[in-house]
Amino acid sequence: MDKSEYKHVFVFAEQREGVLQPVAIELLGKARELAAALHEKVVAVLLGDGVEEAATRCVAHGADTVILAGAPELATYATEPYAQALYSIATGHRPAIFLFGATTIGRDLAPRLSARLDTGLTADCTALDISPDGDLLMTRPAFGGNLMATILCKEHRPQMSTVRPGVMRPGDRDDGRVGTIERVSIPFDRSRFRTRLLRSTREEKERVDITAARVLVSGGRGAGDAAGFRALDELARVLGAEVSSSRAVVDAGIVPRDRQVGQTGKTVRPDLYIAAGISGAIQHLAGMDESGYIIAINTDKSAPIFQVADLGIVGDVSAILPLLTARLRALREKRNHD
Amino acid sequence: MNFSLTKTQELFLRMIREFAEKEVKPLAAEVDELERFPAETVQKMARLGLMGIPFPVEDGGAGGDNLLYSIAVEELSRVCATTGVILSAHTSLCGAPIHEFGTPAQRAKYLPRLASGEWIGAFGLTEPNAGTDASAQQTTAVDAGDHYVLTGSKIFITNAGAANLYVIFAMTDKSKGTRGISAFIVERDFPGFSVGKQEKKMGIRGSDTRELIMNRCVVPKENLLGQPGKGFGIAMKTLDGGRVGIASQALGIAQGALDETVKYVKERKQFGNAIGHFQNTQFQLADLETKIQAARLLVRSAAFKKDRREPYSAAAAMAKLFAAETAMEVTVKAVQLHGGYGYTREYPVERMMRDAKITEIYEGTSEVQRMVIASHLLK
Amino acid sequence: MNIVVCIKQVPDTTEIKLDPVTGTLLRDGVPSIMNPDDKGGLEIALGLKERHGGHVTVLTMGPPQAEEILREALAMGADRAILLSDRKFAGADTLATSNTLAGALRALSFEVVITGRQAIDGDTAQVGPQVAEHLDLPQVTYVEAVSLDTPAALTVCRAVEEGHQTVEVTLPCLLTVLSGAVKPRYMSVRGIVEAYAKEIERWNFDNVTVDERRVGLAGSPTRVYKSFTRGVKNTGTLHEVTPEEAVEIIVTKLQEKFII
Repeated sequence: MDKSEYKHVFVFAEQREGVLQPVAIELLGKARELAAALHEKVVAVLLGDGVEEAATRCVAHGADTVILAGAPELATYATEPYAQALYSIATGHRPAIFLFGATTIGRDLAPRLSARLDTGLTADCTALDISPDGDLLMTRPAFGGNLMATILCKEHRPQMSTVRPGVMRPGDRDDGRVGTIERVSIPFDRSRFRTRLLRSTREEKERVDITAARVLVSGGRGAGDAAGFRALDELARVLGAEVSSSRAVVDAGIVPRDRQVGQTGKTVRPDLYIAAGISGAIQHLAGMDESGYIIAINTDKSAPIFQVADLGIVGDVSAILPLLTARLRALREKRNHD
Repeated sequence: MNFSLTKTQELFLRMIREFAEKEVKPLAAEVDELERFPAETVQKMARLGLMGIPFPVEDGGAGGDNLLYSIAVEELSRVCATTGVILSAHTSLCGAPIHEFGTPAQRAKYLPRLASGEWIGAFGLTEPNAGTDASAQQTTAVDAGDHYVLTGSKIFITNAGAANLYVIFAMTDKSKGTRGISAFIVERDFPGFSVGKQEKKMGIRGSDTRELIMNRCVVPKENLLGQPGKGFGIAMKTLDGGRVGIASQALGIAQGALDETVKYVKERKQFGNAIGHFQNTQFQLADLETKIQAARLLVRSAAFKKDRREPYSAAAAMAKLFAAETAMEVTVKAVQLHGGYGYTREYPVERMMRDAKITEIYEGTSEVQRMVIASHLLK
Repeated sequence: MNIVVCIKQVPDTTEIKLDPVTGTLLRDGVPSIMNPDDKGGLEIALGLKERHGGHVTVLTMGPPQAEEILREALAMGADRAILLSDRKFAGADTLATSNTLAGALRALSFEVVITGRQAIDGDTAQVGPQVAEHLDLPQVTYVEAVSLDTPAALTVCRAVEEGHQTVEVTLPCLLTVLSGAVKPRYMSVRGIVEAYAKEIERWNFDNVTVDERRVGLAGSPTRVYKSFTRGVKNTGTLHEVTPEEAVEIIVTKLQEKFII
């Protein structure tokens, strides 16, 4: 394979119901950096039916070119039509790099495409960079997050990667940016469409078992009563977290028992554990001290929770939490608006 | 000689440990607190074939052996001694005598139901005036032609309220002493049979312990287990097997308490150090671990001998004696090493200490075990 | 219905700890287990077999000690077990692994292939769809429940970000299963007692229909360039500040840690 024939950083611009997904915007931001290092262009690949508006947003967020395949077959995601479309585009345009969001769509589609293109794929990356040789350095967690590995795909093109949502910084929106929109039509082989979507149900996200949660907002006696815990719920919602608690709060009937962390509750190991108003009795610490990053908020400076915390704040939960939630929500809205 | 588990035993250990951790442990405190028989756990155990581990496949069993059964009771008791004794009494005291002494018809009728867990089994020997002296039976069985009529009562019967089937001992000929005792298979629905109220106990509080009342209870002739007058021998042989079960239970309690303590002393800090850092703690833990390992060797060798059909009565008595006393010692020290926390129900060691005590008492007190061991020495 | 379930032996990553001083992975004594999503897949297969009859084969690629999870699968109720083991398969990335598995699957007859969504040691979720592509099978990923309503198609419930989708997929097909909603059965006692009496079929490169250049390290487009641990935890910091300042400190940290 002549690698020099493969150029530019391609981004799968994932849309759902015509709405460009946040991860696509994050990928465009990252792709700009990578393309700058390579002196190449950012190409967004947008599939759908009547998704012109998303195409212009791709440009605003950093795409030099948008390859737009519009067809009824592509209106809602299905593996085979999307794989055929991307295969057709990839073989025609020869990308050097092809990035996908590590969503249920990206992780369904990218491996299918990589096998069809007979190239490598690196899953769920949290960092991307360009090596001195001009290859893509793809860094990802493995072994349950205990190990980070940087992966290279030296001899095959395109270099494909799925990227964890929420990790890359989205590029700034610039509605004045100029880009080209290239419309392509896809020669579908419908005989290979062998799945049919019967129905979709939208559900308020079910509560995740606290042992499986990546982020936990955990409250103790210092978080107050049921009303105080609503502040925790709010923060958890913004962070995509689950709410857990110490035993005292469970015993008081404020939080159900399956949310209890500690000796008589569950042992948790989230990436982030926010201990709000938890003093940190030994039986609580036993259940959470291996969390990746621990933030503790407590009025008592000598509370044992501060001994295991990475970041300790001496202060009142009821004053800090609502402010924190508001601040995070504002950041989120700004991002979604961009 | 080989002291390691076989691949099959290792696989079994993995399964039962996971089952105990996920299905049994979460209920242990509640079962104790509410004195509640964990019927849902028994159903789950039944689905996996745990209610018939050592019985042959043709009798509806799992085709395993007593070593697997011992491992099961140990692992269940490690997290919940109540669950351990439910399995032990069911298997050793009801299924085993029917398997060992039953007629083909009795085996065919009862073992599949017991082994599948459809029915739970129990054992009635102890009476108000016949405890350690089991020969002083006062329950009578009168031959009435095609059936026997049983009259009397049995006390402290494990699984009594939950069971559907009982192996019960009664005097068919009072003049012959122990040679006048016979064994019967009694269904819960037999006329004249009833159970009393649940006993309030110190430990194993979820195990359903009650009195059995036979008020002119009608037992068909074909439900005589073994020959008339052979009941005492059946009881003693059954208890030999039962002791392997209770020894396994005691071993499990001891191991569970040590596990909790090791975890605790690593976390608990006093004087600026984890208390596991102090030599006092370390020496105590070393002694407890050594005794537990010794108990395990005794327990497994007794089960192994039973599986090989070697005489194992003394081995079972030694296993039970040593494991029970080890369980008591380990749990008392576990509570002590936990300090004030250990005395609260926040930690499981106080429950384990209460549970341990019964292993020195039932299915032959420690004194009885010493009598058995000595009698083998001096015979 | 003939079902092949691809399973993998993995270290129990929840048991892996970091050396507090050096920050290196402590892998000694970490138990090996059947990958949880694969076990969920096996449960789905055994459930289908119970309801509709059929035959469940478990297939694993790995070193000889991977036999352990095949025995476990047999004890859970699988009918046939195949261990794919050859030095030529070693060092494979997901594409080379999928080539090997697809090569083995070509030698088997099936209506459904089931894999776990992802393995906990790699978390890639790629091998299933890649196998499906090699065998030209339709795929459904993130599967939580399956029913056979017509003879030629499965009705499958899959979890996505917004909720659930119900998808009809024609047979033969490949499913990748999420363990979360599936509670795998325990091994039965009888299954355990009999598991070591059953035969494990040992396959090597010669049993597999695949080009040698497409398997193992040689067939892997991706390579590990370097690996590293996240390092030793620093001692924490304590701040006595106003609520507003506290929020700033927290938000800055969260951004640093890529959590928001």
